[in-house]
Amino acid sequence: MTAVGAPTLQLRGLAAGYDDRWALSGVDLDVPPGRLVGVIGPNGSGKSTLLRAILGLVPHRAGTVAMDGRAIDRRRIAYVPQRELVDWSFPISAGQVVMMGRYPGIGPVVGPRPADRAAVAGALERLGMADLAHRQIGALSGGQQQRVFLARALVQEADILLLDEPMTGVDLGTEETIGALMRELCDAGTTVMYATHDLETAADVSDLLCFVNGRVVAYGPPKETFTPHVLHETFGGELMIVDAGDHAHIHGGGHHAGHADVPKA
Amino acid sequence: MDWLTDPLGLELFRRALLEAMVMGATCGAIGAYVVLRRLAFIGDALSHAVFPGVVLAYVAGVPIFLGAMLAGTITSLAIAVVSRGQRIREDTAIGIFFAGAFALGIVLISTQSGYQRDLSAFLVGDLLGVGWDDIAVSVLAGGGVIGILVALRKELLLVSFDRTYAQALGYPVFALELLLLLLLTATIVVSLSAVGIILVLSMLVTPAATARLLVDRFTPMMALGGVLGAVYGVIGWYVSYHLAWSPGGSIVLVATMLFLAAFVFSPSHGVLAHRLRRHPQHDAQRAAVDQPTGHQHGENEGAVVASLERRHPPGR
Repeated sequence: MTAVGAPTLQLRGLAAGYDDRWALSGVDLDVPPGRLVGVIGPNGSGKSTLLRAILGLVPHRAGTVAMDGRAIDRRRIAYVPQRELVDWSFPISAGQVVMMGRYPGIGPVVGPRPADRAAVAGALERLGMADLAHRQIGALSGGQQQRVFLARALVQEADILLLDEPMTGVDLGTEETIGALMRELCDAGTTVMYATHDLETAADVSDLLCFVNGRVVAYGPPKETFTPHVLHETFGGELMIVDAGDHAHIHGGGHHAGHADVPKA
Repeated sequence: MDWLTDPLGLELFRRALLEAMVMGATCGAIGAYVVLRRLAFIGDALSHAVFPGVVLAYVAGVPIFLGAMLAGTITSLAIAVVSRGQRIREDTAIGIFFAGAFALGIVLISTQSGYQRDLSAFLVGDLLGVGWDDIAVSVLAGGGVIGILVALRKELLLVSFDRTYAQALGYPVFALELLLLLLLTATIVVSLSAVGIILVLSMLVTPAATARLLVDRFTPMMALGGVLGAVYGVIGWYVSYHLAWSPGGSIVLVATMLFLAAFVFSPSHGVLAHRLRRHPQHDAQRAAVDQPTGHQHGENEGAVVASLERRHPPGR
């Protein structure tokens, strides 16, 4: 996705939220380029807020967000919002939604250029959606809608990709496609951060895990952070740890949460 | 053909017809946003909110367009600012300022004597009263509204479909939404002489809602809305001429009747088409339905498949 290296994302003492309720505070993170970072936490823990605060979509209460020491350039970040936030009965096609990722580059008044059409076709192809480009978005399955959102982020050709629960409510095939694509992008130098409920997959595929619960509980490679202690700190009573012989078996809280096997410390 | 040419004999009638067309086209085009963004209540509110501006401009002898735009803009801003907090929701803010502004207009008009006739002209329109200067303002303002809608079609579409993503891309979302309200205000002002404050809501939603039943893409919906609005204006005017009905009322009644016709007979989203397709062997049905329409216009094929699959979502 990018030839020049992605910048390092630097969060310093960041607090963010609306009015007097801060969803997150005291966040210090350095996200090096080309890493796949899984952001994990229970519902309402501030996972989404963390991603949205990086983009400035949630008001900052304290601290700073920077890219290589400079102010954030939103054009270098691609964002995949939660699918539920848009009206899928809107009269547009999958291809038209993907084209929106090119709008900043096209500018007002004029229409898409051949290069934009090629980028859209390429992204849809990459996600196995080439045949559905002209399909009305409301006629797509949940997994297909999520792929459209991902394709829209891809055509931005950004250095950093932020995904808000991309695996929630999608079919297994889409989940695998998204997982493989995130890995490919990282290998090509893009930084990918994604919020998830799925502890097991996150621990398997991510380079770094960021455990969140109103603050950053732990941040580092899965080997160092995926421990019963960190899980307990993050999920508290919502998590059940079952001793199953050689390793503990974890059940996350709520019906969304996945389960995972953790090596016993 | 006398019924067609007779009404064109007098300049007075030609002016009225032109005004009805400009009003219909502008309302129908911006109506796509009113329908998809659910701005009908705001549209109704704005049309009432321009009233005090109209009265003040009338009394002061300045162009009504200016007074109405000013009142509409102030009300839009007041609604936007008050509903930005979390305690007062937007529809509440709209209710407060919409009725408040309209009341101000009524009080203002009650302080003037001999305004009875003019009041009804404001409320339901007075097509026969338009002069060339009114038409010039309408053409300029209506053309300006449509021009901006076309120039910023991508940006306005993006903000309307996915506000969060537009913000993430760095677009000035608040400014774009305010712009849309200003364009809506200008459209309402253009429509006052044809259909008046009370009936303008119909022209803001009915042509666009009819277009929504007939096409499945945003740009065609906006274009068709504009065309339908103009056509309703023309048909309504002829009906009013021949039956000696109120012009504004006739235009709105025509719009309503034709919406109902589309609601029943639309090939893709009509009640009748849905009923015909409600059979268990929908795969065979799909092939049969698809073929004729698919070859006529490519876009429609998607529409038919889409509406079929909304009934039977693939592997949800």
